[in-house]
Amino acid sequence: MNTDRFHSDRLDSFRELLERSDAALVLTAMAAFYLLFLGIGAVLNYNLAGIISILGQVTFFTAVYALVVLALNLHWGYAGLFNIGIAGFMAVGVYTMAMLTAPPTGSPPGLGLPISVGIVGGMVAAALIGLVTALPALRLRADYLAIVTVAISEIIRLTYNSPAFSTFTLPGGIALGTGGANGIGNFPSNPVRAIYYVDPESAASGTTPIGTAVFGFFENTLGVFRSAVIVDLTYGLVLAVVVLLVYVLLARVGNSPFGRVLKAIREDEIVAKSLGKDTDRFKIKTFMLGCALMGLAGVLWQGFGTGAVYPQAFRPELTFYIFIAVIIGGAGSNTGSVLGGAVFANLLFLLPQYLPNIIEQTFAIQANPNTFIAAVGPIAAGEITPLLGYVLNQRLPALRFVFVGILLVYLMQNRPEGLLGHRTETAAAVDLSDGHTPRAGSQSDPTPPAASDPGGVEDE
Amino acid sequence: MSNPVAADHAGDDTAVDTDTHVGSEPVLRVENLRKEFGGITAVDGASFAVADESLTGLIGPNGAGKSTTFNCITGVHEPTAGAVYFNGENIAGRAPNVIADRGLVRTFQIARELAEMTVLENLMLAPKRQQGESLMRSVLPSFRDGVIKQETELREAVWESLEFFEIDHLAEEQAGTLSGGQRKLLEMARALMTDPDMLLLDEPFAGVNPTLETKLLDRINQLRADEGITFLLVEHDMDIIMEHCDPVIVMHQGQVLAEGPPDVIRNDERVVDAYFGDEQ
Repeated sequence: MNTDRFHSDRLDSFRELLERSDAALVLTAMAAFYLLFLGIGAVLNYNLAGIISILGQVTFFTAVYALVVLALNLHWGYAGLFNIGIAGFMAVGVYTMAMLTAPPTGSPPGLGLPISVGIVGGMVAAALIGLVTALPALRLRADYLAIVTVAISEIIRLTYNSPAFSTFTLPGGIALGTGGANGIGNFPSNPVRAIYYVDPESAASGTTPIGTAVFGFFENTLGVFRSAVIVDLTYGLVLAVVVLLVYVLLARVGNSPFGRVLKAIREDEIVAKSLGKDTDRFKIKTFMLGCALMGLAGVLWQGFGTGAVYPQAFRPELTFYIFIAVIIGGAGSNTGSVLGGAVFANLLFLLPQYLPNIIEQTFAIQANPNTFIAAVGPIAAGEITPLLGYVLNQRLPALRFVFVGILLVYLMQNRPEGLLGHRTETAAAVDLSDGHTPRAGSQSDPTPPAASDPGGVEDE
Repeated sequence: MSNPVAADHAGDDTAVDTDTHVGSEPVLRVENLRKEFGGITAVDGASFAVADESLTGLIGPNGAGKSTTFNCITGVHEPTAGAVYFNGENIAGRAPNVIADRGLVRTFQIARELAEMTVLENLMLAPKRQQGESLMRSVLPSFRDGVIKQETELREAVWESLEFFEIDHLAEEQAGTLSGGQRKLLEMARALMTDPDMLLLDEPFAGVNPTLETKLLDRINQLRADEGITFLLVEHDMDIIMEHCDPVIVMHQGQVLAEGPPDVIRNDERVVDAYFGDEQ
């Protein structure tokens, strides 16, 4: 009995901690996801390197989704700017980066500039494309912005896909290229490799002192020989730091008079204008900042994450993944954005990739037959296993869209505000109630206060 | 029509109107204002002037064009024709934010609170030229201290205002949860936080209890005297208009029908026909 109460007290204080501390909330959620995927690794009998690899994936996808969702939350959650061209702005970021940094002698050729220039250039280019998109559309109603952004996003993807720009020469005789449908393969190597390898381009070049120490630790203590897995995990952790920095940046933007004007624009732009706010200026700045962050996310996700860039990665469904994540998390909340990104990345993106194997292993269902006829035929004889096997046979990840659809319908009906959208995050740089206690209601009190002097208004 | 001098000087920024009732230079001068929506003419050549520091009433039956006139003056609608001079500058057709920035601020007939922002946030939004409205200043640590200092000062002013308007007990509520009268108060408090030269109030007392109404009128007179703010008031409550406003402008069918002190207006036959005839 006492132990029960002890447990329930601890549970209550833990719940309180989660409500009070966003950091605790996010860390708890991440711990849960790590545990889930550790469990999956165990069920699938992965060795330690395999498990570290899964955890690296969890970290990577959580971080990249959180990053883009945070950027979208600035647009949609704060300012109500309905941007459905996210994939396009990510593409501009990563393509610009690739074209700036690819070697001039490569195929397609680039400018051979340093990585840091490439990253900044990618963000600036995405912001400028954002500006070009926003200038005509922001003066119109919100739905026009949506139409323009989705169109621009497709124009961007098809332009990168076009053979016409596969390689081209700028007026000064400088050769550049998008690689057309094949994309750009000679992408600069992931910068975290420089921590471990003497030459980041080649693992055979030998390890740095840090590399020797870390790889040695994993090899001798844990028996993990695959250094690529350690590099990936490190990159995931670096991305987590980037997410933290972007979170702090956006929290500052939100908790300021600037963020207050954005909220006012979302609520009623005419009111914001009637109070003297130049709403166009606020919207353009916000749109450019969000696009720059989407460009950064493109570089860190599609660029360094996959080591190559190709146009098919930026199909419109990417944009909708991000929107679903922001809806899950709750529009308007930065912490909600991180949580929404984490939930989407882990439960809707990664989990379906492992699910077929888990089901196969657990329920001893064979992932066959291959054809629909062979799957439904035996149902007449009361055999349902072939249908399950058919669904499992590499088709479960494709059912992700069905899961996502069901989840969206559920959310819209039962919790349209998402996980954290119900919270009121006050847009101010200080605690607005500090030093003040709202006194008990007086407005509804019908007795006339003695202080009022009806004679006072006559003296004109 | 009641303002022939102003009409003669149409287009002349420096024209001084002498035909007003308080006697000083008009802060706002509307000349031959027209607004058409498709085939409907909502305002049909209205001309009037509002004297500095006055409490001018604007009345008229439903559909007389009062709110459209407000919308044209404050830039929510672009006038089809005519001029609006505010402190000598023609502001007709300028964006609402430019006009508000000049010091001409309005409230709305149907209160437009920012529903999903707290009452405190609604008021904190209003003050003009806040340091933290710059993206750089709101983010960079070296400027952030200045932003926080200004926010702290504004917070005190906001609380003072909330206490005056007797809505401080609602400070942390979402504005959307307020009653109709409370929203009117919130809107007026918010407009005053912009530190305006002139305030256009569209039916500010609808749903406000009589005690507070008296208190607000006291405050309006105090603001006129102490801070030189001019008020133009659209109101359906004839007692308030006749008792507190001078002059009173009467609109009818998009035009100014009469303009003068309340006693004169009360006895003007055209006004009685057009307006009081319906009411009595």
